[in-house]
Amino acid sequence: MGMTMTQKILAHHAGLEKVEAGQLIEAELDMVLGNDITTPVAIDVMEGISRDGVFDNEKISLVMDHFVPNKDIKSAEHTKQVREFAKKYNIKNYFDVGQMGIEHALLPEKGLVKAGDCIIGADSHTCTYGALGAFSTGVGSTDMAAGMSSGRAWFKVPGAIRFNLINKPSKWVGGKDVILHIIGMIGVDGALYRSMEFTGDGIQYLNMDDRFTIANMAIEGGAKNGIFPVDDLTREYMKEHGATGYTEYEADPDAVYDEEYTIDLSKLRPTVSFPHLPENTKTIDEVGDLDIDQVVIGSCTNGRISDLRRSAEIIKGHKVADGMRCIIIPATQEIYLQAMEEGLLKIFIEAGAIVSTPTCGPCLGGYMGILAPGERCVSTTNRNFVGRMGHVDSEVYLASPEVAAASAITGKISDPDEVMA
Amino acid sequence: MNARGTVFKYGDNVDTDVIIPARYLNSSDPKELAQHCMEDIDKDFVNNVKEGDIIVADKNFGCGSSREHAPLSIKASGVSCVIAQTFARIFYRNAINIGLPIIECPEAALEIKAGDDVEIDFDSGVITDHTLGKEFKGQPFPEFMQKIISSEGLISYLNNK
Ligand code: SF4
Repeated sequence: MGMTMTQKILAHHAGLEKVEAGQLIEAELDMVLGNDITTPVAIDVMEGISRDGVFDNEKISLVMDHFVPNKDIKSAEHTKQVREFAKKYNIKNYFDVGQMGIEHALLPEKGLVKAGDCIIGADSHTCTYGALGAFSTGVGSTDMAAGMSSGRAWFKVPGAIRFNLINKPSKWVGGKDVILHIIGMIGVDGALYRSMEFTGDGIQYLNMDDRFTIANMAIEGGAKNGIFPVDDLTREYMKEHGATGYTEYEADPDAVYDEEYTIDLSKLRPTVSFPHLPENTKTIDEVGDLDIDQVVIGSCTNGRISDLRRSAEIIKGHKVADGMRCIIIPATQEIYLQAMEEGLLKIFIEAGAIVSTPTCGPCLGGYMGILAPGERCVSTTNRNFVGRMGHVDSEVYLASPEVAAASAITGKISDPDEVMA
Repeated sequence: MNARGTVFKYGDNVDTDVIIPARYLNSSDPKELAQHCMEDIDKDFVNNVKEGDIIVADKNFGCGSSREHAPLSIKASGVSCVIAQTFARIFYRNAINIGLPIIECPEAALEIKAGDDVEIDFDSGVITDHTLGKEFKGQPFPEFMQKIISSEGLISYLNNK
C-alpha cells in the first residue's frame, strides 16, 4: 500500500520509511510561524519550558499582521512583547511595520517556505503553503512554543481525499470558485483530520496565486492540509522568490485515498458563500437580488497581485456604487508596490475605493471595515461566521475578487460578466 | 481522573469566533478571556457556568481559527470537559496541549441534554448521564495524550520527559 504526498513528507521528516493514516509521529520542522495574536501566548508558554533558547533562529518567522499597525494599546503591547522576544533570540525572520504583510502571502514571497517542507504555524491558514508542495498546517500557541524550542511537533498521520481537477475554467472563474465549490460540496467538516490532495490536468490552468487561494481554504473544509503537486509553475515561482534546496515529493501510484472526486473546472460558475458558513454556497446565477453595503478585497486568501489585477480589470472605468464602501488591501508591501507600478491603485482610487497598507484588518473583524448590525459585505476573505467582521447581526458573503469587484460597482452581488458586458 | 458537572449544550460547527470573538484577542490572560467565553452564541454562559461543568456539542466543535484563546477561555471558565460528536482538528490538539480534556462520542453528544448531570471517567472513557440514567463509551485517549493531559499540558509533559 503506497503513501500519499502528505504521508511521504511526514515520513521523511519523522525519519521513518513508511507511515500510515492514524499513526502518531514526531516530525522535524523546517519552519515555525506565529503572528501578533498567537505569538504572545506562545512566548508566555515558552517561559514555562525548562530548556532555554530557540531551536534555530532562521527557522522561525514572526509576522505582525493581524492588528498591525497597532490598532490599540493592548495590540501595541503585544507587538512590543514579540519585538523584544525576536531581538532577544535573534530571530532572523521578524516582520514588523515596513516589511510586514499578511503572513501567508509573505512567507512564500520571501522564499521562506518551499516544496517538501514540514511547516507549522500558529494560524489556521498555515495550510496555504501546500500550494508549493509542502506539508503545512495550523496549530495553536503551545505547539508553536514547543516547536520554537524543540524544532519538533507531534502529528497524527492523516488519510486523504483526492480532488482530480480537469479541464480549463472559464474567464471569470478562479481558485476561489474552485475551493468554494469544493467546500459547498463536502461541507465545513468534509475533510476533517484529512489531507486534500489536488491532482489532474486542470491544475496547469491555475496560476500560483490560484493555488495559494485553494490550499489556503483547505482548513474551511476541516482539512489538516491541502497540497498540490510540484510542476514547472511551482519551480519557476520558487526560483523567482529565492527558495532553494527544496525536495519534490509525489504520491505513490498505489496510494490509498478515503474518497476521490473529479471536478470539471470548465463547468464551474462564480461561486458565493452565504452567511454564516463557508459551505453555504450558491453559484452566481442562484444568488438573486441582494443589496450590499461594503466590499473587501484582500486577505491571505485573495490579496495577491493577480487578485488585484483581475479586480482592476473589472473596476476600470467604473465608479463604486452610491453608498458602497469598497476597501482594497494588498497582502504585502511588494504586492502593494507592484500594484502601484502597474497603475492598479489609481484605478481603484479613481473609482472611489480605498486602498490600505497590508494588514488582516477587517477579515477577522479586527479593525478598519467593521460592520454595523444589519449590514452586508461581499468579501474575498475566507470565513463568514457569525460576527466575523463585526456585529453578530451583520453578514459576510465570501466570493472571488472578480465577483467582489463587480458587486462594488453595482451595489448588489453581481456576476462579473454583467459589468463587463 | 474524573469530572462531574452540569451540561451546557450546543449544536454543529461551534466556531472559535463565537467561543472567543476576535475583539477580545488583544488579551491573552485566560481569566479575562473567560469573561467573554461563548458570548456571541450564549450570553448567559459566563453567568451560569460553575467549576466542573461540561460542554456537550454536535459536529466539528471549535472549527475556524487556530486561536488557543478558545480552549483557554473554556478551561478558565471552569469547564472540566468538552464532549462532542467530532472536533475540528486544531481545536482538538490545542485542547490537549493546554490540558483541557475533550472526548469524541457521537452517541453521548446526541442524547445528553442541556442541564443534565454528567460524570466522566477519563481512564476508561465512560460517560455517565445521571439524569438520564445512561452510560456511553467514549474514545479513551492514546497513552501519550493521556500523559499530556494529566501533566496539565504539553509543556509540563515535555519538561518531565
Ligand atoms: S487575512 Fe484573515 S484569515 Fe488570513 S491570516 Fe489574516 S485574519 Fe487570518
